[in-house]
Amino acid sequence: MSSENRLGALWPFRLEKRPAPSSAMRLASPLIAALAMLITGLIVFTLLGKSPAEAFKVFFIEPVSSSYGIGELLLKATPLTLCALGLALGFKSNVWNIGAEGQLTIGAITGGGVALFLGDSLGHFALPVMLIAGALGGMLWASIPAFLRTRFHTNEILVSLMLVYIAQLLLGYLVHGPWRDPHGYNFPQSKAFAENATLPLLIEGARVNLAYLIALVLALLSWFFSSRSFAGYRMLVAGLAPAAAAYAGFSEKRNIWLALMIGGGAAGLAGLAEVAGPIGQLQPVISPGYGFAAIIVAFVGRLHPIGIVLSALLMSLLYLGGENAQLSLQLPSSITGLFQGTLLFYLLAADLFITFRLRRVVHAAPAVLAN
Amino acid sequence: MSADPAPAVNEMPPRLQLRGISKRYPTVVANDRVDLTVKVGEIHALLGENGAGKSTLMKIVYGVTRPDEGSIEWEGRIVSIASPAEARRLGIGMVFQHFSLFETLTVAENIALAMDEKVKPADLAPRIREVSEKYGLPVDPNRLTHSMSVGERQRVEIVRCLLQSPRLLIMDEPTSVLTPQAVRKLFETLRRLASEGVSILYISHKLDEIRELCDTATVLRGGKLSGKAIPAQESNESLARLMVGSELKECQLKPREPGDIQLELTNLTLPSRDPFGTVLKDINLRVREGEIVGIAGVSGNGQKELLSALSGETLCPHSGMVRICGQPAGLRNPALRRKLGLTFVPEERLGRGAVPPMHLAHNALLTGAGAGMVRFGLVQNRAAREFAKETIAQFKVKCGGELAAASSLSGGNLQKFIVGRETRLTPKVMVVAQPTWGVDVGASLLIRQALIDLRDRGVALLVISEELDELFMICDRIAVIAQGRLTQPLPSSELSIEKIGVLMAGGEAKTAEAADVV
Repeated sequence: MSSENRLGALWPFRLEKRPAPSSAMRLASPLIAALAMLITGLIVFTLLGKSPAEAFKVFFIEPVSSSYGIGELLLKATPLTLCALGLALGFKSNVWNIGAEGQLTIGAITGGGVALFLGDSLGHFALPVMLIAGALGGMLWASIPAFLRTRFHTNEILVSLMLVYIAQLLLGYLVHGPWRDPHGYNFPQSKAFAENATLPLLIEGARVNLAYLIALVLALLSWFFSSRSFAGYRMLVAGLAPAAAAYAGFSEKRNIWLALMIGGGAAGLAGLAEVAGPIGQLQPVISPGYGFAAIIVAFVGRLHPIGIVLSALLMSLLYLGGENAQLSLQLPSSITGLFQGTLLFYLLAADLFITFRLRRVVHAAPAVLAN
Repeated sequence: MSADPAPAVNEMPPRLQLRGISKRYPTVVANDRVDLTVKVGEIHALLGENGAGKSTLMKIVYGVTRPDEGSIEWEGRIVSIASPAEARRLGIGMVFQHFSLFETLTVAENIALAMDEKVKPADLAPRIREVSEKYGLPVDPNRLTHSMSVGERQRVEIVRCLLQSPRLLIMDEPTSVLTPQAVRKLFETLRRLASEGVSILYISHKLDEIRELCDTATVLRGGKLSGKAIPAQESNESLARLMVGSELKECQLKPREPGDIQLELTNLTLPSRDPFGTVLKDINLRVREGEIVGIAGVSGNGQKELLSALSGETLCPHSGMVRICGQPAGLRNPALRRKLGLTFVPEERLGRGAVPPMHLAHNALLTGAGAGMVRFGLVQNRAAREFAKETIAQFKVKCGGELAAASSLSGGNLQKFIVGRETRLTPKVMVVAQPTWGVDVGASLLIRQALIDLRDRGVALLVISEELDELFMICDRIAVIAQGRLTQPLPSSELSIEKIGVLMAGGEAKTAEAADVV
């Protein structure tokens, strides 16, 4: 106990469990994390010899000071929102799909495959069929961890993560080999998608497309699903109290399959939206890690659809700001990853205070007083 | 302890004296100017219903919480106890109701982990042996914990406390896990400690035991001192009156002719999924309409496994092993068994019987989906709230309404809610585990009466409980589970507590032998 006392003298606070989790802190935590990320970022800029005010402007103001910039913000928020919505439903039900990036890649391959090989014959139906094919592709990829977990009790975190790299290599093989554009001067990329296989733009002069509206509609559906449907309720119970779900007879297998199918489908859709949107063809790399960043988006958004729509905008701004900082300030491209990482780091730290609080340790007089 | 001269008790200052202790929490006054005096070498009972403030008072004595007001005197000196470590240094030891030992470690290793000073398990072993021999608490320091029964594990906890030579030993509901014979042994040990000058604070709600064991009793009600008594001179009724503040009705079990078989177990044999669990062996049981069959036994003898095989959380090897209302159900999951007319109250309330952060209306939905709370796949919030409201009213659940989180309810009130929910889902067969475990006297009565009412309406009930008194009170027939085997149920009128105790211990003696051979 002497060590206890010594520690107490140095650090006069103690972590103490709150009587009930704080709902105010639950909402404040992402804001605190964003603020702490900002301060850390400015300190890093200063250390790198850049003016913090200038860096702040370059990072957070310039990218969204034009309508084109706003369009870019929404464009990059599209895959983040889609992936995060699907992942959040899984995370809430205790299914840890970490492989949205891989499901996104497969969605781009299956949807893109439809565009490349059936695009002409489908005519006006090309886009709807591509959207469905993209979602199905993502589901197919997510069905691997679902099957292995329900059949062999493998860990879905590891399986879904490893499948990311397989998906990326598969895409690489296709665009380097069988699907390469024969008239593309040997560049590893497919033919460009035809007009009927490209998502229509929302605003003149900006690149944001129909997929963002789809994402907003899905956010609404996801809110309805988890707050009103019995299936959503069952998933919630599975996440909050697995033993209660077993007691009530909610099938664990069904929960795992549902969570991974929703996550995979949404990620597949996101992948298709990338190749049928800003990219317009298949190429070796179609995502700067949207599927991974979406995990952060989901948690910063408190796993709630509205929160996710907002936090996807923040994350999108980090991508844009990072690109701009590379151009204007000659900072390395890893700056975006640095911001993403610190954001998650601070969020996890701040989340501790949802269930705990700091209490000043009252230093009592020595235990035994003479009478 | 041996240093304390046992006689001359009266001239010494009391070992522990609490004066005017108050502790307020935001929503409740847990202790309101409570006085308590424990003399040297005295076995002092602390009685009270759930929520009467017993635990808070003990937390204050053991240094877990600090009082808002009042003083603590230890052997005549005013002290302030800031932490359990300080309490132990003063000479206060506590045996918790739910002790947590590491299954894969030996007794000596477990005890070494819990000691304040760093001691090598090997050095501790002779001291453990010495203490355990001296007080008749047979414990082998080198034995692995997972092979020990609950009673044996409790001995480890007591030995752990005794190693620190306490002068005040606090025991929280120590007998809830013991066979009647093991209770006798424990009482012998406690009496011996008391005769050597150790004071014992004994928390329990079992009035018979308190009357037999304790020299004096302090009774709390609603956070306040409601009386002091010499238990030997009181009756169960008079003690209960002090606790509850009003006269208690007894449950009445009117003789009734049982009807058709509604729940049937045939040659149920089930390997355990948990390596430290119990294997169920060839269990046969029939429960008829309008009867309550009880299953007695020391915990850890297969109750958990049997319950999960009944509820459907574990599926059986063959569908015919479990029949509900005549239908083979061994391969059906809990939701399908519910459709056959089964409802189930599990042992763990928070996290299994209820989802802690969800409100009561959504906890009604947990098993009530079939009762109009879900339509076209959508949750009918109004129906769920209505159901929860009625359950709260009918079972007198104390809570902040149907939108209060399950985790905000006390254990007893949550149990009332869960029993109420399962009762109101109109079962044909109902399985109840530990119906009144940790529930206060008044609520216990309500729950037992609810079960009896169901029986009188023709429901087949199976109750698994560690409290023999309770089983005798409400059961038509009682069976005993030991070592994963179930005896044939016999009419309660033909059984005695001693007879059941022998059946329960029969199993336990076997384990001890088996372990000794290893």
